[in-house]
Amino acid sequence: MNLTLRIWRQHGPEEKGRMVKYRVEDVSPDMSFLEMLDMLNEELTLAGDEPVAFDHDCREGICGMCSLMINGSAHGPERATTTCQLHMRHFNDGDTIDIEPWRARAFPVVKDLVVDRSSFDRIIQAGGYISAPTGSAPDAHATPVPKADADAAFEAATCIGCGACVAACPNGSGMLFTAAKVTHLGLLPQGQPERDERVLNMIHAHDDAGFGGCTNTGECHEVCPKGIPLASIGRLNRDFLKASRSISR
Amino acid sequence: MNLYTEGDPIADTKAPEGPIETRWDTRRFEAKLVNPANRRKRTVIVVGTGLAGGSAAATLGEAGYHVKSYCYQDSPRRAHSIAAQGGINAAKNYRNDGDSVHRLFYDTVKGGDFRSRESNVHRLAQVSVEIIDQCVAQGVPFAREYGGLLDNRSFGGAQVSRTFYARGQTGQQLLLGAYQALERQVAAGTVEMHARHEMLDLIVVDGKARGIVVRDLVTGEITTDFADAVVLASGGYGNVFFLSTNAKGCNVTATWRAHRKGALFANPCFTQIHPTCIPQSGEHQSKLTLMSESLRNDGRVWVPKEKGDPRPANEIPEDERDYYLERIYPSFGNLVPRDIASRAAKNVCDEGRGVGPGGLGVYLDFADAIARLGQDAVEAKYGNLFEMYERITGEDPNKVPMRIYPAVHYTMGGLWVDYDLQSTIPGLFVVGEANFSDHGANRLGASALMQGLADGYFVLPNTINDYLATGDFTPVTEEHPAAVEARSAVEERINRFLSIDGDRTVDSFHRELGRIMWDYCGMERTDEGLRKAIELIRGLREEFWRRVKVPGSGDDLNQALEKAGRVADFFELAELMCIDALHRTESCGGHFRGESQTPDGEALRDDENFSYVAAWEWGGDQPPVLHKEDLTFEYVHLVQRSYK
Amino acid sequence: MDLATRRVVNTTVGKKAVMAVTGVILVLFLIAHMTGNLKIFLSTESFDHYAHWLRTIGEPLLPYSWFLWIQRIVLLAAVIGHIWSATSLALKAKAARPVKYAHRRPVKGSYAARTMRWGGVIIVLFVVYHILDLTTGHLNPVGDSSRPAGNLIADFAPGRWYVTLFYVVAVLTLAFHLRHGVFSALRTLGQQTQTGERRAKAVALVVAVVIAVGFLAVPLSITTGLIK
Repeated sequence: MNLTLRIWRQHGPEEKGRMVKYRVEDVSPDMSFLEMLDMLNEELTLAGDEPVAFDHDCREGICGMCSLMINGSAHGPERATTTCQLHMRHFNDGDTIDIEPWRARAFPVVKDLVVDRSSFDRIIQAGGYISAPTGSAPDAHATPVPKADADAAFEAATCIGCGACVAACPNGSGMLFTAAKVTHLGLLPQGQPERDERVLNMIHAHDDAGFGGCTNTGECHEVCPKGIPLASIGRLNRDFLKASRSISR
Repeated sequence: MNLYTEGDPIADTKAPEGPIETRWDTRRFEAKLVNPANRRKRTVIVVGTGLAGGSAAATLGEAGYHVKSYCYQDSPRRAHSIAAQGGINAAKNYRNDGDSVHRLFYDTVKGGDFRSRESNVHRLAQVSVEIIDQCVAQGVPFAREYGGLLDNRSFGGAQVSRTFYARGQTGQQLLLGAYQALERQVAAGTVEMHARHEMLDLIVVDGKARGIVVRDLVTGEITTDFADAVVLASGGYGNVFFLSTNAKGCNVTATWRAHRKGALFANPCFTQIHPTCIPQSGEHQSKLTLMSESLRNDGRVWVPKEKGDPRPANEIPEDERDYYLERIYPSFGNLVPRDIASRAAKNVCDEGRGVGPGGLGVYLDFADAIARLGQDAVEAKYGNLFEMYERITGEDPNKVPMRIYPAVHYTMGGLWVDYDLQSTIPGLFVVGEANFSDHGANRLGASALMQGLADGYFVLPNTINDYLATGDFTPVTEEHPAAVEARSAVEERINRFLSIDGDRTVDSFHRELGRIMWDYCGMERTDEGLRKAIELIRGLREEFWRRVKVPGSGDDLNQALEKAGRVADFFELAELMCIDALHRTESCGGHFRGESQTPDGEALRDDENFSYVAAWEWGGDQPPVLHKEDLTFEYVHLVQRSYK
Repeated sequence: MDLATRRVVNTTVGKKAVMAVTGVILVLFLIAHMTGNLKIFLSTESFDHYAHWLRTIGEPLLPYSWFLWIQRIVLLAAVIGHIWSATSLALKAKAARPVKYAHRRPVKGSYAARTMRWGGVIIVLFVVYHILDLTTGHLNPVGDSSRPAGNLIADFAPGRWYVTLFYVVAVLTLAFHLRHGVFSALRTLGQQTQTGERRAKAVALVVAVVIAVGFLAVPLSITTGLIK
């Protein structure tokens, strides 16, 4: 099939960007979206143009490196799918596809479709961990964890940190990402000692990074490739308010 | 000219003597320690942030060393360990099914087809137990039973249930545990994190590894960084085949550059080809996706009996199907080890009985399982895998059989290291898939995660002290001649890529190289094929340096330039892999030589002549030099594997 | 406020909590206000009596109409808190995306969720008008503070259908605001399960419908001549 692409080109972080139109021909429906971009880049290279920069790595939907706002949807039109797992059979011959980077103050554009998501690392640095220095651990069976808690913690822990939640949120909020980690660690007995500190510090880091606040529109959950439950934000709110009370005491 | 020459044998001088159970204790006791107060004065560079690198950097930071961590991705959390699905082995014997440290040790040596070191593997089995404790304490949400205790499963044909798992995302959960520990140290100020930086050379001063040359992938700036020791945790080199289950960015550059600076490269031809991957759908294919091995527990593998049968799977009657694994290996059936399942698939496809595009695929059929267990039970077990398959292929495995084909998955070879995980360059340590030490000629399922974390959390942080306690670590600056030279060589190479301005893209070369490697250095290797491959590789490499086109400049984010450097190194590695495969005229583990097989087509080892590690020295303009490290087996008896 | 509290209130979650708590106060007020309004269906005397009683709550402990003033101060504080947190979060959200998307799929969340901010502005304008109309009487055709029922009936007389229309629009806007607002407040105050989410949505819908019906019943009855 033949497609028209309109892609955001921006040479560097400080420069102005714009949408540029490209044609790609003979796209196979079995191609992944990124393979289609690979093809475009091969053509651009041979034509003496600069290829389009985009982030990607594992191409199997788990590393969280790929991004792309495709026709206004984070990771494209398919639910629970990362861009690297999106295939061209979901598009039609003759389609025009708009491709943009994640847009958020906390995710500045590096080049073209590549953005800097180190703000997520800073949120984790603020408390997204359990302090268990190597060697200090008791036997793994010392503390049983109810299966329901372990499963719920796992569900939250599957977040791949891609940033689609931020990209889709009308407020540019990173609350689903933050809530996923707070939920994962807060559900486990091992995470209890630092639970209050963790949520307070992570929210401060979140706000300092320039993310917006959550207004519960649920857009983040719609685009999340791992389907992180929206209710985890409720859990974060509750933990935060509880922690605020116990800290002021 | 000879393809290689042979040098002096090499030996691991660090592994202690004595009963194997006591060796790790002995080594830890004998190794010198660094006073806690002095640790912050010692600096360690760690390249790579996967399970091995991430856990090593975090643990060294906790110990009080000053750590500088590097990764090419935008965050340490993205290292490709994240994609490991199945699980992690540990000799906990929580199931009371007869497992023990000794049995895990034994299984791993045997599974590696007797081409690994007993001392190293035994230590791995011992440490495995502590890894699980450590990960649980960090909050890794392993699967649990209703009583709240950890669940285990049997994996990859093991007879005991020793695999701990977190659904099909064990690697992700373990990596996030290590990543979080690492970020905790970043916050504590002990670890400096440098994401989107790629190591392009090693700086060796007075024979010791003292620093690296890195390129900031965003600004293009080339800088040097120095330390008292350098740890490489840069993963495997499966991407030499272009198509593999590795991430697109995985590369050999860090270890290859160290090899060129004097580190020996061991057993490069030992690659693991995983039998259950989604087949290639066309020429555009950029990578292959693994489907968990657990699918073989219930799926039946078959191809049509007739060559080139054009009928769709469900129109082929039962008696015209060949369930070839069940036919050839009646006792193990569909659960034979990875290397055997892979080669069997290749054989039936070579006979022209393969299915799907290009005839490169075999069916993995769940119809029987659905009939026997019910749709719901199969859905509960494999639902997420089926979805993943359907997302990629557009076919529903509940209705039509899956198509699978082997793909390059893991590389057992890597930089040669001693018991301390130190390479032949003092001060250069190598951990995880980047080293060669523990898996011999074949890695067992769920053992890669175990080795990565064993190296990073427990082994390296103990052994590196011995090195850091002794040295004279005179500060090195960027003006040092060794640093200046390394840096200008890197800059020169980048300028050369940019100035060729040819008419072929980097990917087109990489794809062609991968094809050569797959055809001649893949699942079955022969003398004739390997010689041809070496010739083809040399020709293609020459063409690469003449015709490659790298657009853009070196002064900003330039992904084509990054790839060019990686592919250039893959060319050199590919040749060494073929030479290694050519010289090892036996079949063992993942290395199958057509000339060395039993009458019924099984791999035939040659212990008399090849019970050694092949450690290769970079020859520069001369052919590489082979150094042999003899392997002795005191605790595990050499036997020929049989799965009939 | 001490430093620790200020640090909490100044976070995005803290501001949401302020919005939720003030919102709950306002909703409680609305329910009481609505109940009082409905007294007109008993008789105009009953309504006037109720209006008078409001000023005598707390007597003799509190002097005449003190309760009402205390309530007004609390409500004013709640409104200020509500608007402050909303404005401050809206500004932060605006700053969080300095470059807009060229192509943006419409937000899938409910209509109510998308119109919180402009809906809030409409409600504020209405409240100002409403106070000048039926509390101070400045904009009321009668404006006799001793006979509030009369003011009310004059206000929504059939001839002044446009006043009724404005009122209807405002109440419907309010209902939409509550439908998302009540759910959102419950979420902010810690609702965190899937069943809880369904329940919170149901509660929000019930509150929105009850408030809309309760507040619309009176003006519509007057305009259509049911109440004279």
